[in-house]
Amino acid sequence: MTIGVVVFPGSNCDRDVRWATEGKLGFPTKFLWHESRDLSGLDAIVLPGGFSYGDYLRCGAIARFAPVLQSLIDFVDKGGKVLGICNGFQVLTELGLLPGALTRNADLRFICQSVSLQVASNRTTWLSDHKRGDLLTLPIAHGEGRYQCSDDTLHKLEDHDSIALKYKNNPNGSLADIAGITNTKGNVLGLMPHPERACDQLTGGIDGQGILQALIST
Amino acid sequence: MTKSPAFAVDYDLSAALRREGLTSDDYREICKRLNRAPNRTELGMFGVMWSEHCCYRNSRPLLKQFPTKGPNILVGPGENAGVVDLGHGQRLVFKIESHNHPSAIEPFQGAATGVGGILRDIFTMGARPIALLNSLRFGPLNEDKNISLLQGVVAGIAHYGNCVGVPTIGGEVGFNNSYSGNPLVNAMGLGLMETNEIVCSGAKGIHYPVIYVGSTTGRDGMGGASFASSELSSSSLDDRPAVQVGDPFLEKGLIEACLDAFKSGHVVAAQDMGAAGLTCSCSEMAAKGELGIELNLDLVPAREEGMTPYEFLLSESQERMLFVVKPGFENDIMNRFLKWGLSVGVVGKVIKDNIVRVLHKGEVVAELPANALAENTPINSHHLLSDPPKEILDHWRWDESNLPSSSFEGIQSLKESSTDIIISWNEIVLRLLDDPSISSKSWIYRQYDYQIQGNTIIPPGGADAAVIRLRPQEGEEAILDSNRGVAAVVDCPNRWVSLDPERGGMAAVVEASRNLSCVGAEPLAVTDNLNFSSPEDSIGYWQLASACQGISRACTQLNTPVTGGNVSLYNETRLSNGSVQPIDGTPVIGMVGLIQDLNKTIRQGWIQSGSSIWILGASFDGKDTVDNRMSLSASSYLEVIHGLVTGRPPEIDLELEIKTQSFLRSAIKRDLIESAHDVSDGGLAISIAECCISSGLGVDLDIPFNDARLDRILFSEGGARIIVSIDVNKIDSWEKSLKEFNMINMNSFSAINLGTVSDSGKLLMKINGHELINLNVSQLIDTFEQAIPRRVNA
Repeated sequence: MTIGVVVFPGSNCDRDVRWATEGKLGFPTKFLWHESRDLSGLDAIVLPGGFSYGDYLRCGAIARFAPVLQSLIDFVDKGGKVLGICNGFQVLTELGLLPGALTRNADLRFICQSVSLQVASNRTTWLSDHKRGDLLTLPIAHGEGRYQCSDDTLHKLEDHDSIALKYKNNPNGSLADIAGITNTKGNVLGLMPHPERACDQLTGGIDGQGILQALIST
Repeated sequence: MTKSPAFAVDYDLSAALRREGLTSDDYREICKRLNRAPNRTELGMFGVMWSEHCCYRNSRPLLKQFPTKGPNILVGPGENAGVVDLGHGQRLVFKIESHNHPSAIEPFQGAATGVGGILRDIFTMGARPIALLNSLRFGPLNEDKNISLLQGVVAGIAHYGNCVGVPTIGGEVGFNNSYSGNPLVNAMGLGLMETNEIVCSGAKGIHYPVIYVGSTTGRDGMGGASFASSELSSSSLDDRPAVQVGDPFLEKGLIEACLDAFKSGHVVAAQDMGAAGLTCSCSEMAAKGELGIELNLDLVPAREEGMTPYEFLLSESQERMLFVVKPGFENDIMNRFLKWGLSVGVVGKVIKDNIVRVLHKGEVVAELPANALAENTPINSHHLLSDPPKEILDHWRWDESNLPSSSFEGIQSLKESSTDIIISWNEIVLRLLDDPSISSKSWIYRQYDYQIQGNTIIPPGGADAAVIRLRPQEGEEAILDSNRGVAAVVDCPNRWVSLDPERGGMAAVVEASRNLSCVGAEPLAVTDNLNFSSPEDSIGYWQLASACQGISRACTQLNTPVTGGNVSLYNETRLSNGSVQPIDGTPVIGMVGLIQDLNKTIRQGWIQSGSSIWILGASFDGKDTVDNRMSLSASSYLEVIHGLVTGRPPEIDLELEIKTQSFLRSAIKRDLIESAHDVSDGGLAISIAECCISSGLGVDLDIPFNDARLDRILFSEGGARIIVSIDVNKIDSWEKSLKEFNMINMNSFSAINLGTVSDSGKLLMKINGHELINLNVSQLIDTFEQAIPRRVNA
């Protein structure tokens, strides 16, 4: 079982993901340079946090054209698991693998802090170890994490039970307190909080381990 | 001499000298050294290189007295950053730098490029940046101008640090009127060496190629170094082109590509292009290597068309560096940069003669001795006052007897005209917690990504110093756990410096060391950022010189050598009425310390109710004795409650500091202490309140009776004091170790039990049974947390 972590020139949480998945959880993890198209031998892909190509235009707007992501669409179609964290979530929405968009935080400032999250759905394997309503504490660190979508999309997300995580005290103005969503099939999860920063007791708890463990569960 | 043809110039000399910030003495010196007149381009090169910012022409003699050597010091002052040996094959690179003037006129980009610059100093040495800290000063937050400067500076630091992926783990922020119009932005960087060899800046190897890497060169930041070395005025806004624009995305690639290039072993020297751009990097590499550099401007990647040699040489475009590489490996090195989409090219070569020669369109446009630019630069001598200035001596005459008498109910504030109004001790505690210089800085650090890289053990606000784990980011070790860490802190009690620069300088050092000791770290070394007003003013120079003396004495005794830093002078504003407002001298001390076992670090908040609270350091005054190591003079209480900035700051007892801190560290190592926090701004009462705020727990304290003024007991500052809490089950071992230490060290410090941690949710403080303070911890938290947001969002 090998996990691939996509590295854009502006990714900056790629090494943190490897520290969590390989250093703390023991899963072999390799880096995928943004120009490569070869995803063979990988069982799950993580799009890490960072600023992909600088994100001066709009977060993830350029990244969606990256060669590595063209292969990712096939990977998802075939049922491969994909986790987008923070900037990775933004990229997934730009790519159309997840609906909606992430815009600037309501107070227009970057926010770094630990937040309390409620498990809104345990339908998919990402959170199947939890009960609905369980609370997780994970760090957030973003300037553009305010989830937005149309009423229609929101209804669909609700109907398909695709809202995975909700903020207990909404920090950024996200619609319906949404912190993370899955696709209908359930093999793609995008979330603004950083589970890889919560896999190590010494630096801030271990509530993120379950989500990363789900990368290799079936 | 101007009559000879060699000394004729084709430009308006006096206007040119003014533009470059040079004096006619400087010009005569330049002509003497060249034995001809400089052309206009060359004059510009001298202008930036002979500025205070680049050559420390005012401060160099003062910096010489700093202790710079020690068994752990691998690189001291003179290189891009200092390096200390941490053992276990780990080496820490660290440095502090200011970006005050740019931040004053363009706060976002000014602060952002300050962060970019300090990061380049770190990775130019071959180290991966692992942490950032910052020390900031602004005018009071009742003025919109200062609020917008605060917002811009914090957003700029956040933008650059967050994007480049280096955690901002700590800092300190203060507010007072002297910084209105001239804020201070000092950024400190820490890095962990990733290459075997420390990369130095001296050029090596005649005919070796010189490679330019990073961003392109444009017209931004022209003459920033000269601009940074003059006072600010309302027309400074016209200097906005002297402020550079940063691109952290580009810098992220530059970090990765540079470290990759250094690991190849083909790079023999590297120099960041900071202040004075190409001029500075060429001349420093040439001068340090005792060789020369020939630079062809036609080969420099340019951002815009038609740039003149002057513009190329003085541009301060960000994210650029210069390398000397082994011949034959040019393409190997350049490919590593192309992978990250960076500009790169061979722009010149190392030459035998110790000169900087610049070619443009086939002609030599500048040819100057490298030493004249970078090593053998002029020194401005200043007359040092033999006695403190009169206005300072007047302040020193103030003593506590000038305050109204205090009672168990409270005290009259000297700010109020009516003598009937008594402010309660409760109210005073709340007013101090509401002071932005004392209050929570969470509004600020919440905007910084302080967790990235996954090693932040103690984040901002958690303890007296920030702590990160030493775990490499690259290679196989990156997935191995590590138990070693470093603690880092920046400190400067600027009010004390303004009233006694020598004591203030010493206090900055001992407080930094005390803060490191409070988390259990062994202090190692110092980087300093001397922010002062004009040295041409006799008081300004006296402040600078006295502070250096204080820093030097304290660093020598504490055995924490200075490995480099930065000097920022001319921090003053010309007001509309023509008068000059200098800043409080602000010698910021950045200090790093080693933690052998991260499981033993402690924080400032109480751990559990029932634990025993002690104060270490100087004792409370006895009957009829007043201990000058503690005082209300120059205290936060005096300023915030009575509106007075006066008096002489307390005496610094270096021996007391050393003994108290060393006992504290040994007790932390032996697991005897649950929490530690030093007594600083606001004195004992505020330190206790901060421990309550951090933990949400209350206290029940009764201070043994003494004859001192009540406000002196509650709010006096100084005395090397530290508040600790001890698990009741360990009290016997605690008392035993105290006794043993004091037996060997002849009762060098006192330790007094003040009471216990409680789960009542209240801060209760009595003196000899009389209740003075009774406040809910929830109210303390609310006041402390809201002080900055309520002003900024008003």
